This record gives sequence, C-alpha cells and structure tokens, in this order.
Amino acid sequence: MVERDIVVVGAGPAGLAAAIEAAKLGAKSVLVVDLNMKAGGQLFKQIHKFFGSSAHGSGVRGIDIGAQMLADAQKYGVEIWLNSAAVGIYGGKVVSIEKNTENKTPVLTNVVAKKIVIAVGASENVIRFKGWTKPGVMGAGAAQTMINVNRVRPGKRIVMLGSGNVGLIVSYQLMQAGCEVVALVEALPGVGGYGVHASKIKRAGVPIYTKHTIIEAKGGDRVEAVVIAEIDKNFAPIAGTEKTLEADTITLAAGLKPISDLVRLSEAELVFDGVLGGWIPKHDRNMETTASGIYVAGDATGVEEANTALEEGKLAGVAAAESLGLVSESEAGKLKGEIWYRLDGLRMGPFGEKRMKAKAAQIASFPGVGA
Amino acid sequence: MCMRIEDHIIIGKEDSGAETVEITVDGKPIPAKVGEPILAALLAKNIIINRYTVKNKEPRGLFCGIGQCTDCAMIVNGMANVRTCITPVEKGMVVNTQFGIGGEGNG
Ligand SMILES: Cc1cc2nc3c(=O)[nH]c(=O)nc-3n(C[C@H](O)[C@H](O)[C@H](O)COP(=O)(O)OP(=O)(O)OC[C@H]3O[C@@H](n4cnc5c(N)ncnc54)[C@H](O)[C@@H]3O)c2cc1C
Ligand code: FES
Repeated sequence: MVERDIVVVGAGPAGLAAAIEAAKLGAKSVLVVDLNMKAGGQLFKQIHKFFGSSAHGSGVRGIDIGAQMLADAQKYGVEIWLNSAAVGIYGGKVVSIEKNTENKTPVLTNVVAKKIVIAVGASENVIRFKGWTKPGVMGAGAAQTMINVNRVRPGKRIVMLGSGNVGLIVSYQLMQAGCEVVALVEALPGVGGYGVHASKIKRAGVPIYTKHTIIEAKGGDRVEAVVIAEIDKNFAPIAGTEKTLEADTITLAAGLKPISDLVRLSEAELVFDGVLGGWIPKHDRNMETTASGIYVAGDATGVEEANTALEEGKLAGVAAAESLGLVSESEAGKLKGEIWYRLDGLRMGPFGEKRMKAKAAQIASFPGVGA
Repeated sequence: MCMRIEDHIIIGKEDSGAETVEITVDGKPIPAKVGEPILAALLAKNIIINRYTVKNKEPRGLFCGIGQCTDCAMIVNGMANVRTCITPVEKGMVVNTQFGIGGEGNG
C-alpha cells in the first residue's frame, strides 16, 4: 500500500505552496499530483508582470514565480507525479490516482494520506452560440497555453469574447505572439478589467464592442467568420445590428468557476457563492473543510489571483503540518497570522474587497465558527 | 504559414533544445518536438480537427488545452481517447483522427 503524510491534488501555485510549506515544517513524505504534463498550473501561461496590490509578487512575471516554486519544491524534497489525475477521495483519506504512462493503459494507484489538500483550480466558463463547437472556438486560457507555453498560434485572426482581465491580457498576448486580434466583444456596457490592460488594447487600435455578443460562428469544418450583434437590456440581440467579422478563431473569456467534483467525492460540504465564481467547499481559517483532514486552497475555493492562491496554499500547508504535530500551536499561530495579514493586504481594492467580504462571510458560516 | 512562434518579444527565441522528430498523422509525416503536446505539433501545421463526434459526425478540436474537455482526443499508437493537449510527443508516434467515442468509426 502506498502511504504519504500529505497528498496535494494540483500543482498550481496553491498546491505547490501547500506542499513546500508542509515539507519545510518537517512533513516527511509530501506528494503532489497533477493531471497535466507540467507542474505550475496557470502560472506558466502568465508571461506578463503580475497585477496586485503593493504586497509581494506584483511586478514579477508568473513564469518566474513558477520556476522559483519548482526549485523550492525540489529543495524540500516534495515528490511530484505528473500526468496523474486524482479521480476520487474515499473515507476521508484515500486518494485514487490515475496515472498515464507513455500512452499505455492508465494505472490506478490508491494512496493513503494522513492529510489531503485539494488545490485543483478553476475551469473556464463556456458561452454557447450557434456554431460554438466548431474547431477554432476555444477558451482564452487554451489559447494562452498554446502561445505562451507551447509557442504555437491557435489561429491567425481572433475575436475575443469578454473584456475582463483574462480577455484583455490574453488579447494583448495574442498580439505579442503575432496573431491579429480583430475585436473584443463584451456584453456589459463597460470594459470589465483593469484600465491599464484595456488601454494597451485600445492603443493597438483594436475595437472593443461593448453591449454586444457573438451570435454565430460561421464556417464549414472550422470558424471562418463571426457574426456579432448589439444586445438590449435583457441581453437579447437587437435585429438589424448584426456585423460579420472575418476571423478563424474565437476565444472565450467569460470567467472561471471553481472545480468542485473532487470536493463532492470527498464528502466535504459545498456552498454556492456568486462572487467567488460558483460552488465552493466550506472551509475555516485553516482552509480545512467540513471533512476533517481535508484542506482546500486557491481558485478551487473561489476564483481569485495567483498570489492569493499561493497564500491560501501556505495556510493549508501550515495547518496540515500543525495537525500532524510537526509544529507547536504557538509557532503555527504565528505563521498563520503572518499569512492572513498578507492575504488581507492582497484583498484590497474594488475587486479584492468584494472577495474579502465573500470569503469572510463564508468562513463565518463554517460550522462551529459563526456567532 | 507555419504557426510556430520562433521569436517572441517577451520570452525570446525558442531555445528549449528539444529534438525535432517525425510523427505520422493520418498517414502523413509531420515534424514535431519531443515533449511538446501532440496537439501543438498539429496546430503548428494548421491541423485543427482532432476527432469527429459519434452521432452527427461533427468535427472537434482544441477547447480547454488542459485535459478537461476531451475535445482533442485522438488515436495515438493504436489507443483511442488520448487527450493530445496533455500528451507529450515521442519519436515515431502514430496519430490518427478519431471517429466516434472509442474510434469505432475508424473502420
Ligand atoms: C489569463 C489569465 C491571466 C491571469 N493573470 C493573473 C495575474 O496577472 N495575476 C494574478 O495574480 N493572477 C492571475 N491569474 C489567476 C491565477 O492564474 C490563478 O488564480 C491561479 O493560478 C490559481 O492557482 P491554483 O493553484 O488555485 O490553480 P491552478 O493554477 O489552476 O492549478 C490547479 C492545478 O490542478 C490541476 N488539477 C486539476 N484537477 C486535477 C485532478 N483531478 N487531479 C490532478 N490535478 C488536477 C491542474 O492541472 C492545475 O495544474 C490569471 C489567470 C488567467 C486564466
Ligand atoms: S483540449 Fe480539452 S482535453 Fe484537450
């Protein structure tokens, strides 16, 4: 039987931080599994300098943070299994892992863990319109992975749906990669993301059609043209306002939602929160769920940013090490206090504060925590 | 037009040192880099259809890029349902467009 002190699911910033922190504090066998063929989660797509408040990390590129974390993981003896998907959690301590080895039939390994951290991140929301399944329609994150990680263009002429930070940043990066961004299409009356990112797009002369949506992807076996239209207050297309844009690719940046399937299987309780992007696991200030010994961190607990994911991961790592008896309560308390101080600092500003409130309300509702 | 990004304004020149090998896609050889996702090698050659659906025989291609949606599944070295966006290239791989769920439409 395979046994580990701690099994972390997901090797993004949250999962890696949890593993590194626990290993630093003396956890002997820390295993991180990730279904992808590379560790780092979303970090390696992010070749731009990070936004964020004055706290650490802003001004640094995601790829550099990722490289540092991988070096730390190695230094502290964290074990990483790639191409390995966690497919179930049983009895609060067995993690079923499906490992793909050189295209042979996947091997299923059950790992018994003293503590489990779920840091599986978020998935992109899908917007449906006529022709949305055609090759050439893809998530903005998929396009970003192709250009920044795999160095290959997903198409030549792109229409981006959504003007939040992801839509703006990926549009700009597509241009940096040599693609032509034909237009951004946004349903709301104003641009969703930060002004700094929007002005880069505008300076490049790319139109942002606000109060518009995509109504059809035209073409045979791939996208050849995109029909957009203005929408009314109820988001219904207004007849006669249709425009046809010539493009071979549509990228969707309509927000992210926390991945919750593994949490569901673990029997930890979930709660719905619109601000945080969907169904999220209930957790306390230690990031522990209602299933004792199972912790959560990062976008899986509510969609935020890489820095908050990283700090939440550290919290989970410290708390797990504490409950394994590796650090004293007072030492752990001190560490957790510092992390919370940084987390509160990161959750400032108009977007951050909303999330801080949502998180605080969520934690206050945790069984045994609330008034 | 080759879709590869040789020189990038932020991340610089391609310098991974990955060996370029040949893989066979639907019977035709294409160049690919060892370790890159199969899907990337296909995109580089403008091949964007990975599979066709069972009922309506509609084409599917890259959608999530991180192994979650299965739209990019193909038959790789005889095995169906291999997600090409998260499966690294190896020398001499044989890759085929998949028809149907288990490739039963491939005949
Ligand atoms: C386009 C874009 C731009 C962004 N820009 C910024 C920015 O400028 N600044 C900033 O702070 N943040 C930014 N972010 C957000 C940031 O990337 C995320 O908040 C952060 O990566 C979340 O970290 P995470 O560890 O929770 O999840 P992820 O980084 O998503 O990692 C989760 C990992 O879990 C793995 N996984 C999922 N399910 C399983 C399973 N069942 N078994 C095994 N492994 C699994 C995945 O493969 C993945 O590697 C951006 C995000 C996007 C999409
Ligand atoms: S594109 Fe979604 S699994 Fe490969």
